[in-house]
Amino acid sequence: MFINSPDALESIRQEAVKALSLREKSNSSISAEAAGLEKGTPHMQILCCGGTGCKASESAKIVENFHASLEAHGIADKVDVVVPGCFGFCEKGPIVKIVPDNTFYTSVRPSDVEEIVTSHIIAGVKVERLLYQDPGSGEHISDSKHMNFYRKQLRIALRNCGFINPEDIREYIARDGYKALADSLKRDSADVLADIKASGLRGRGGAGFPTGVKWDIARKFDAPDKYVVCNADEGDPGAFMDRSIMEGDPNSVLEAMMICGYCINAHHGLIYIRAEYPLAVHRLQVAIAQARECGLLGKNILGTCFDFDIEIRYGAGAFVCGEETALIHSMEGKRGEPTLKPPFPAEAGYFGRPTNVNNVETLANVPVILTKGPQWFASIGTEKSKGTKVFALAGKINNVGLIEVPMGTTLREIIYDIGGGVKNGKKFKAVQTGGPSGGCLTEKHLDIPIDYESLAAAGSMMGSGGMIVMDEDDCMVSVAKFFLEFTVGESCGKCTPCRIGNKRMLEILDRITDGRGTMEDLDTLENLAKVIKDTALCGLGQTSPNPVLSTLANFREEYEEHVRDHVCRAHKCKSLLTYSIDPVLCKGCSACARGCPAEAIVGEVRKPFVINPEKCIRCGMCISRCKFGAINVI
Amino acid sequence: MENMITLTIDNRAVSVPKGTTVLDAAASIGINIPALCHMDLKGTCVKNAPASCRICVVEIEGRRNLAPSCATMVTEGMIVRTNSARVVRARKTVAELILSDHPNDCLTCPKCNDCELQKLVTRFNIRRMTYKGEQSTRKKEETVAIVRNMDKCILCRRCETVCNQVQTVGVLGAVRRGFETTIAPTFDRMFKDTDCSYCGQCVAVCPTGALMERDNTDRLLDDLCNPDKIVIAQPAPAVRVALGEEFGMEPGTIVTGKLATSLRYLGFDHVFDTDFAADLTIMEEGAEILHRLKAFLGGDKSVKLPIMTSCCPAWVNFYEHNYPDLLEYPSSAKSPAQMFGAIAKTYWAQKMGIPREKLVVVSIMPCLAKKFECEREEFSVDGNPDVDYSISTRELARLIKRSNIDFKSLPDSDFDSPLGESSGAGAIFGATGGVMEAALRTVYEVYTGKTLPRLEFTDVRGLDGIKEATIDLAGFPLKVCVAHTLGNARILMDKLRAGELDYHVVEVMACPGGCIGGAGQPYHHGNVEVLKARARAIYREDEGKPIRKSHENPDIQKLYREFLGEPLGERSEKLLHTKYFNKAK
Amino acid sequence: MKVSCEALRKVEEICKKFNNDPGELITILHECQNSLGYIPEDVQRVIARCLGIPAQKVYGVVTFYSFFSMVPKGKYPVSVCLGTACYVRGGDKVLEEFKRVLGIEVGETTPDGKFSLDCLRCVGACGLAPVATIGEKVYGRLNPSDIKKIVSEFDS
Repeated sequence: MFINSPDALESIRQEAVKALSLREKSNSSISAEAAGLEKGTPHMQILCCGGTGCKASESAKIVENFHASLEAHGIADKVDVVVPGCFGFCEKGPIVKIVPDNTFYTSVRPSDVEEIVTSHIIAGVKVERLLYQDPGSGEHISDSKHMNFYRKQLRIALRNCGFINPEDIREYIARDGYKALADSLKRDSADVLADIKASGLRGRGGAGFPTGVKWDIARKFDAPDKYVVCNADEGDPGAFMDRSIMEGDPNSVLEAMMICGYCINAHHGLIYIRAEYPLAVHRLQVAIAQARECGLLGKNILGTCFDFDIEIRYGAGAFVCGEETALIHSMEGKRGEPTLKPPFPAEAGYFGRPTNVNNVETLANVPVILTKGPQWFASIGTEKSKGTKVFALAGKINNVGLIEVPMGTTLREIIYDIGGGVKNGKKFKAVQTGGPSGGCLTEKHLDIPIDYESLAAAGSMMGSGGMIVMDEDDCMVSVAKFFLEFTVGESCGKCTPCRIGNKRMLEILDRITDGRGTMEDLDTLENLAKVIKDTALCGLGQTSPNPVLSTLANFREEYEEHVRDHVCRAHKCKSLLTYSIDPVLCKGCSACARGCPAEAIVGEVRKPFVINPEKCIRCGMCISRCKFGAINVI
Repeated sequence: MENMITLTIDNRAVSVPKGTTVLDAAASIGINIPALCHMDLKGTCVKNAPASCRICVVEIEGRRNLAPSCATMVTEGMIVRTNSARVVRARKTVAELILSDHPNDCLTCPKCNDCELQKLVTRFNIRRMTYKGEQSTRKKEETVAIVRNMDKCILCRRCETVCNQVQTVGVLGAVRRGFETTIAPTFDRMFKDTDCSYCGQCVAVCPTGALMERDNTDRLLDDLCNPDKIVIAQPAPAVRVALGEEFGMEPGTIVTGKLATSLRYLGFDHVFDTDFAADLTIMEEGAEILHRLKAFLGGDKSVKLPIMTSCCPAWVNFYEHNYPDLLEYPSSAKSPAQMFGAIAKTYWAQKMGIPREKLVVVSIMPCLAKKFECEREEFSVDGNPDVDYSISTRELARLIKRSNIDFKSLPDSDFDSPLGESSGAGAIFGATGGVMEAALRTVYEVYTGKTLPRLEFTDVRGLDGIKEATIDLAGFPLKVCVAHTLGNARILMDKLRAGELDYHVVEVMACPGGCIGGAGQPYHHGNVEVLKARARAIYREDEGKPIRKSHENPDIQKLYREFLGEPLGERSEKLLHTKYFNKAK
Repeated sequence: MKVSCEALRKVEEICKKFNNDPGELITILHECQNSLGYIPEDVQRVIARCLGIPAQKVYGVVTFYSFFSMVPKGKYPVSVCLGTACYVRGGDKVLEEFKRVLGIEVGETTPDGKFSLDCLRCVGACGLAPVATIGEKVYGRLNPSDIKKIVSEFDS
């Protein structure tokens, strides 16, 4: 398969589209297909999620079992097993989807495979117990499009994730893949760039800089070598949007990099990816190899005089390398320390050459913007933030997973409609967006239509798209401390405010959660946070105080309780807890005393025991040993 | 005017050339923005602008965050505030943060009063330790030349820049990250286990007391007070044009006479001059140049050219570590200080009837690598070093102050005879190109038998990193090259290794500007004008000398007559020449 | 800890594969760590020599990135996810329990060389939070009380 012209691409597409026809059909009835199977007419397909989350739950074993079972039943030639990327509904993983009847099985275990094959594939009877059960109605839902989790989503960047086999470039081509590139190469690159500008696409990595403008700046700097860099160093703890895109649709990233290369007159592409993402690396390697093999990467792409090739570079565990200057230094084999901008990478980037850096999700939007037109894209979203945003929804929420919604969707819709509300019926307390650079938003922010500006105005930021829901059991001081611990651990150490300032803030938070804080500490914290924001060298440092500032703004009373009353209302801060034994409930069995590692519990058998608060280390061992619920924690 | 940018700083308009930093633009109208990590010895390759300390931040209209003025270039119409409440508060907080990770022991710190952080703390009116918390504890080390106490390090990265970009020694650099970041040698080893050349430029640029010289003043005081010791002094050429700065005198003030007097007042038994030994070096090295040149012109293909100077101890360390395959190129002549020691402890000691072990030779040097050089085994006889130890210009100043001597009001006096007389050629050793120029004065006259029409070889003067000149030696075009900083030396050595270095004589000095910019000199605090003023003083010193060529120094002539015989003769070889070792790690 | 000559030759080969290009330092370090399990001083020296850069630079890079280790990892490397999703679902408690059961701190290896303990940021299995990995295997929905049993599976 060598694709040396747009026509060749089109003919491959027409051929490849057939293989996808079963998935494109929407038919919830399976009897006809199952009957077809009986008569020997092919085809059903079993889609087993091959994302990292589902793989962690043995989805590879499930695939293996499907192959074995289909073989054993002699229908291996009639039923394909496909391993697409993430379906997004990680809470219910591993996901198995059967087409053409669009049956969406959740929480599938390897031992369920045989039943799916005999019942669903052969006998045409869905396995009800593996279907998604709506928590509200209790009803079993077979087709994912009827699930609340998917209903409010609009999948643009994730359009191919969970749909195509990411290790087969033909499936990408079948979904209009590389069409945007082919069309672009026929046009003046300035016109293509104008489309990107007109779409209103903004960087999805954090700050939201207009992508078209960024490209235009890089385009203006003339140099013999220019670079297109894909920032795939997704480092926010609890964010996995980019990973899912690379695992599920790697070719969309490659195509976008090539289009960018065409627009800014660059011929080298580099993908800087976390080494912690082995599967994404593998999928990218496969995609690059296939694209090279069929001539979509290399010299004279699609018969034009445009040359482009892509290499992969690996991160090595440094969050700061998500910052573009640090990323570039890391790619050059140096310590990932940011440098002052300007000069921006567009002027002097990789080895001093003009370099354009975009993140994965941003790039994944590019091909579809060009195939569907900038106006289409610009019609989605809010006035200043166009298109959609992918979020990694996690924390104390029922439907953990990867979601994509139009800009302007409210947090309430995301948390309650898509996310299914707070887990275990607990009370919603806060939602953290933007990772370590973002902030904690509360009930009062739930109805804000979210976009770059509104989140910033609320004291948080879009960030790369982590969204962590917290409930009444979360201590907001501890949450702020958690993020600051992360920043302190990931600070490169170059500039004073980040290196020492964040450390001092963390020490203050340590004191507060330890019951040693003072009211003055709160003011110091706020002053430090503001100065760090104002003076730190890079984006990491400048945004690192946000979790503290936003929790101080929204949950100041919790800080004050820790300081003034020595109380942590969420019972998270160990030092502020007091353990005692309810003398009425205590039967004097001595189990607690025998298990206490600090020997803090004394008493006579069959009489109530007591805890010596001086000795108690608040480890909670007594709670787990008491059969009578006699241990109180305040 | 083209390429001029007009901007407003603190409500005052200023026009500066494009490419100027806000910091420099402000300085041009007398607005002195405080800076800490920044250092720019303009006109040399010493420049550190990581924009990392964030002390020099200013407010620029239209920008969300404060900007570091040291690395922010001016733009047309820019409106800058350097002293708004926001800036002043932020700057103070940043300084307080630095202070919170710094030992609070200024009173006993060797850098006290010269510390740039201390000056900022005073200037910002910081009167208490606002932030308390964990302080970094890092490795400490005391070598013969450099003392490292990285607890005092503020991570300005100046030392890293000079060690890597300027000197290309590559010993010091950042390791680990975040609050754990340290500037350390490879694998957190000690300097002595590394390729450190002891050039000491890390010390010269360190704003705090993290990197300091090894202080020998107490040892010297003990010796000066010891009635059983005869203590003699030899100050280097570059000391006399810089020492005055320590006493508030203008950079470039020549204090040769006061220097001699102060040394006597301190109690030195005899006050001689390294300049004398510099003349001696020219005799030996000049003879070696002529020797190799004649062999070369005679068709000897094995002769090693270019011959390279070997006065600079850091440079010697550098090529022993990095170019062990090229050890035959440098001249075998010892440095002037070591020649002085060898002569003082033989010729002069015999003359005076002083037993070697009674004699203490102390060199006063602009240099820290000299401290290391004194310890070299090959420069001792039965464990007794030719030069017992070396103190830096700064240490001498400290000693003078401690000994209640009002330096500025001292009368002038001359150095003692016979190791105190020197020519102008010896004096210019202190500036880059000086050794070359001194050598050329002698080589030309000896080779051609003619008197030089003009003594000044201006092509080899000045702060350019690598300077070249071609001298007409009676029809033979002698090609010479002068490099200062080890980074420039590396360029030459790599060419030499590749067989592409087309010179006959090369001079190398490790420090920027030569010895006047040595690591033992009063701190220049990033002001290149200080170095320039010292260099000008060096050449003024030369011009003022009645004798300006080494071979015309009568005491040198006498020394050869009475004791040494002739340059490169048997006794000269034994006392004044050395060999080099492969010290590659 | 002495590195074998073959191992050092392997390091030279890796450097050569990347044309001894200093710009490829991080890729080279990755390959060396994959091949040897860690990057001790001797290996860093060889890399520095091959690439023609000071060993200090290699050391500076190795110590900057948390992925690189100068000590051998345990036979069963334990990594506890401390991503936010895992944190709010008790990842910190899981880590504490691993520390207690293994008797080592983060970044250390047990004296018998069996286990090493590290933190990582996000494996992307947030649906299974809190998560830890031992070698290639992912353990999800962990409770501190599970840890002892999990470790004992490897301890036999």
